[in-house]
Amino acid sequence: MRGKIKPALPERSEDPRVAVALTVNGEQVTRAVSVRMLLSDFLRHELGLTGTHVGCEHGVCGCCTVHIDGKAARSCLTLAVQANGCEVRTIESVASTDGALHPVQQAFKECHALQCGYCTPGMVMNVLSRFEEPGTLDLSEEGIRDMLSGNLCRCTGYLNIVTAVRRAAELLGRAE
Amino acid sequence: MKPPLFDYKAPATIDEAVAMLAADPDAAVLAGGQSLLPAMNFRVANPSALVDIQHVQGLQGISVDGGEIVIKAMVRHRELELDVVVQRVNPLVVETLQHVAHVPIRNRGTVVGSLCHADPSAEMPLLFVLLGGTVVARSPAGTRTIAAEDFFKAFLTTTRAHDEIITEARLPVLPEGAGWAFDEVTRRHGDYALVGLGCVLALSGDGKVETVRLAACGIADKPVRLKASEAALQGTGLAPADLDKAVEASASAVTTPDDMNTSVAFRRRALGALIRRLVAKAAARARNKEPA
Repeated sequence: MRGKIKPALPERSEDPRVAVALTVNGEQVTRAVSVRMLLSDFLRHELGLTGTHVGCEHGVCGCCTVHIDGKAARSCLTLAVQANGCEVRTIESVASTDGALHPVQQAFKECHALQCGYCTPGMVMNVLSRFEEPGTLDLSEEGIRDMLSGNLCRCTGYLNIVTAVRRAAELLGRAE
Repeated sequence: MKPPLFDYKAPATIDEAVAMLAADPDAAVLAGGQSLLPAMNFRVANPSALVDIQHVQGLQGISVDGGEIVIKAMVRHRELELDVVVQRVNPLVVETLQHVAHVPIRNRGTVVGSLCHADPSAEMPLLFVLLGGTVVARSPAGTRTIAAEDFFKAFLTTTRAHDEIITEARLPVLPEGAGWAFDEVTRRHGDYALVGLGCVLALSGDGKVETVRLAACGIADKPVRLKASEAALQGTGLAPADLDKAVEASASAVTTPDDMNTSVAFRRRALGALIRRLVAKAAARARNKEPA
């Protein structure tokens, strides 16, 4: 039996919905979303925050990295409903409101650590969370590569990205 | 929407949570979701309901209790990795955790979740088998304790009953004066291990092996103790010929067939190389230990 052409498609899915309330970039948001909506889709499609990119959607590429309660996490491996009550931070909150770049972004710019830029929001959110984590940070070549190992870049190679992390450490006064 | 549709449940108590599991044979437990959600995004896993245990009381926190590290069900990998007490009482835990995926995954994924997922290539199940840990399972019928060697049954399969939730895992601290080592062979850092090996070893006053435990992942359908290799090393001075015997004795433990990643022959060679390297490393650490 072949599928039949439908006269009209429903405008929204018939999935059961659940109310979520969370803080995104300091702002309280509430929405009724499908239980199976991923946090990445929630940010992009419900809130219009398209800075969080979606690459592989199974946790390998790191493009969708955001902060959940201050820690870097894959938004594609988190349901929106799991983030209920959490504090989420995305790339849109990183630069100052006057447009001045954050030192990590500034370092990526100075060191030409991006080409197409698709992976950059995830890279920046991951690196930023490591700089914000208490304790010492391994800024050796190997330590930086380990830090970046969960984020894939398919254009530049990683040399300039490694350099940018080292530069970010200088700008943040964290270089040894 | 990537995952198939499911019912979402967020119980506040463990009694509610196990009752929800008991009521629905196709429900799954959701903790950190770092293995379950990719499987659902691929539609390999299709549970009828997710019982999200993140809001359940009493499932948070790490403590050290009578020679055991008690890891509650919602403890994330990264939390355990950064725990200063754990670093002191069992440095092998940190050395192993640094091989588990990447920091953003470790920030969300839970230790107990990794044990329950029971990937035969995963590091934490190996660590539990190596150290002889236990898990505490809670069901509507009550509570039972399961030893690591009885817990892992086969590929992605444990002896956890469907209506049981593992509320905590208990991991022994390292014996005083013991040396330790963990390492693995992977295609890329952070990937699942092609072969992983952990070693805990104590030497007697004359430098002979007093006790030794070896466990490996990636070589069978579950993490395994290498008892024949342990027996080959017991009481020896770790001469090259002793290590040769231990390596030889490990070959038959490799039962994973050739797959898209590598061959049985490569896994045997990698396991042998890891045994030589890590037994030496653990022994060096045992020798350098300050007397208590």
